[in-house]
Amino acid sequence: MYGALWRALPGPVWLRIIILVLLAVVLLTALVLWVFPLIDSLTVQQDVTVEE
Amino acid sequence: MSEQSVERPRASRRRARKRLNLVGIFGEVFITAGVLILLFLGWQLWFNDIVFGNSQRNSAEELSSQWEEDFEASVEPGDEETPTAADPGEPVVMAAVAENAKFANLIIPRLGADYKRPVAEGVGNSVLNNATLGTGHYASSAMPGGMGNFALASHRTAYGGSFHNIHQLVVGDSIYVETEDGWYKYIFRGLEYVKPSGVGVILPVPQQPGVEATERLITLTTCNPFLSSAERIIAYGVFDSWYPRAGGAPSEISAVATAAAGR
Repeated sequence: MYGALWRALPGPVWLRIIILVLLAVVLLTALVLWVFPLIDSLTVQQDVTVEE
Repeated sequence: MSEQSVERPRASRRRARKRLNLVGIFGEVFITAGVLILLFLGWQLWFNDIVFGNSQRNSAEELSSQWEEDFEASVEPGDEETPTAADPGEPVVMAAVAENAKFANLIIPRLGADYKRPVAEGVGNSVLNNATLGTGHYASSAMPGGMGNFALASHRTAYGGSFHNIHQLVVGDSIYVETEDGWYKYIFRGLEYVKPSGVGVILPVPQQPGVEATERLITLTTCNPFLSSAERIIAYGVFDSWYPRAGGAPSEISAVATAAAGR
């Protein structure tokens, strides 16, 4: 999977590394901004109140 | 003959690589999933917790600044006589506010030198899971300084975790509630652990249904143990005194109270 990704990337090694770092940053940003809050709202909430 | 001896290992190597590839892809998928789950937990329990905590604190500071500005605007120049702090009299109790509206700040020195969190009406997720609110007031309970029980709920972990260290409160610790009118000081009296259904803790006289209140109390509820909803940990405080806004903030919290006014 990652081997195929590495082979699919163009250019010399330094360019591939830069592209991978950029991809990682984009992925992390998307996770933090949208994916994690969504998962958070869908998972079980911790109750902190007392109720009947 | 030489052809065969070269060809055979090559073919078996290719077959072996194919098998390895399949196993490798499975492995990579699982490793990726594991990393993503760890990232999510790190985000939820640490990163987002800090983001929420800061944002809730800033929200409380905004409220303080607003009240301070409003107060200064309401004081006429020359009308400088401030009531002496010796006897502020009966505490002023504010009227009920709308659902989800923030109306008070909670200041607990034991939980941090700059600990200040906004309190909003209602204990639904719209308040508790809110980046600028976080601490909710049980609408059925008294308002700050009121006769009876001023009852609050907040998260223990994640979402700012306002009550994370609630178990570290020591008998005699101060719990301040700031409103537009001034500061209400409560003294921490003790902890109690109840089942999630233990609604008795937010009654006007905790655990005594039908009894008329003769004391002014504060009750903080959150979950226990950490990361679980199995029980509730309850912190009780008893009203001590109040400080009208005209007289300025009590000295114990002047640093955290004037941080806003100075801005």
